[in-house]
Amino acid sequence: MKIEVDDTRCFAVGNCALHAPAVFDQNDEDGRVVVLDPAPSEQQYAQVREAASRCPAAVIVLHEDAPDRPGTIPREE
Amino acid sequence: MPPLAAPGADHVQPVPIGGRAAQCPFAPVAELYDTQKEDELSRVKVPSPMLGEFDAVLVTRYDDVKDVLADEGLRMGGSMPYQPGNLLSYDGPEHTRLRRMLTASFTTKRARELRPGIEAVVASSLDAVEEAGPGADLVQLFSTPIPTLVICELLGVPYTDREGFQRRTALALDFTQSREVQMEKAAEMMAYMAQLVARHRENAGDNVLGRVVREYGDQLSDEELAGIGNMLLIAGHETIANTLSSSIALLLQHPEQLAAVRDDPSVTDSAVEELLRYIAPATILPRQAAGDICVRDQEIHKGEHVVPSVLAANRDLGTADQDLDSLDVRRPAQRHLTFGFGPHQCLGQQLARMELRVALPALFTRFPTLRSAVPLDDLEYRTNALVFGVNALPVTW
Repeated sequence: MKIEVDDTRCFAVGNCALHAPAVFDQNDEDGRVVVLDPAPSEQQYAQVREAASRCPAAVIVLHEDAPDRPGTIPREE
Repeated sequence: MPPLAAPGADHVQPVPIGGRAAQCPFAPVAELYDTQKEDELSRVKVPSPMLGEFDAVLVTRYDDVKDVLADEGLRMGGSMPYQPGNLLSYDGPEHTRLRRMLTASFTTKRARELRPGIEAVVASSLDAVEEAGPGADLVQLFSTPIPTLVICELLGVPYTDREGFQRRTALALDFTQSREVQMEKAAEMMAYMAQLVARHRENAGDNVLGRVVREYGDQLSDEELAGIGNMLLIAGHETIANTLSSSIALLLQHPEQLAAVRDDPSVTDSAVEELLRYIAPATILPRQAAGDICVRDQEIHKGEHVVPSVLAANRDLGTADQDLDSLDVRRPAQRHLTFGFGPHQCLGQQLARMELRVALPALFTRFPTLRSAVPLDDLEYRTNALVFGVNALPVTW
């Protein structure tokens, strides 16, 4: 899995950091999303999916097919 | 009950703005369930002493409410008079700009940092209840002081001023009051906050208002700063106070679930989400169409009022395997819309969650035999306010 976020549209309510605190955080300036782990381990998938589905701005995109290890993610067009 | 009229019908039934059943104020009125089953969106008349009766599109299905609240073609407006600095008066880029000045103070991290302070406030409120003895009113001694103390501390508002702002808030949010009374109270609140802002302009304090003055003071007028302060003060004490009171009233009606919240700390988080889902204190979140928009391919025209019912939507999460009309504090947290959805989703929700998570188990642990001092059917609920609540909650133990 690979996580992609568009923080320009983030509303900073922090649901992602609430549901998957090991993967998402909020920055100190205006609370927008920070991805701590863009390629989380499989144990975190459920939490990450929950976090993404609860985002009121729908800015968290999950590439479910992408491999876990960073560096092996296929480049997108 | 007659069904609500479909679009184009000659007459439409008025729907009480809160939409709560008279015999059970936690439940939606039957009409709201009826409209969920209708394929066509319902046009209804909404009685409002503040705005006069107005026509609105009633939205009750979960998916529709979510879509509507996230739709950029809808704006706030219609429901409240314009107030500079109040996020509920802004939309689009202006709203984003203003909101981002405040979000750093309401993150999950900040809420966690505030936990020890909240615990201290809860403990002192519990002492006050104990001191008052059996018959103590939890609305006065517990539900109201906790969020009020927390938001006062956070904002840098003197707690000793609470009597004035609590009274003004209650009147300003009571929709049986005339528009004149509401405007008068809003003006008084602005005047009160203006003098606090003036003090921060002189010497910015170490709190949310002080931080906004320090970091964004050059971009904001005094009026906007006062509006921000009032919005945070009102939203910070009124909503949480009512949710706490309603949660306690509800759990007293379900002693077995109250025991779970008291005895099993692993239930706390899901219980708080379930209570939020079930109570839906901000029953409706009115909007207005800024242009023509579509909901399920049905057009809502520019200028039309749209009234999404959070109360109804929270019982329609599309999970047929669950009975969402019942309260179940052990239920996995549902994706309720109590904090709204989209760009206006509640700024203070992580703080609200933290206060509820700390306060509820602490109350039941301190008073393990807590029960209502009056028959539960005699409790009086606040169905005439924008925020649903309980008027008084005398308890014994």
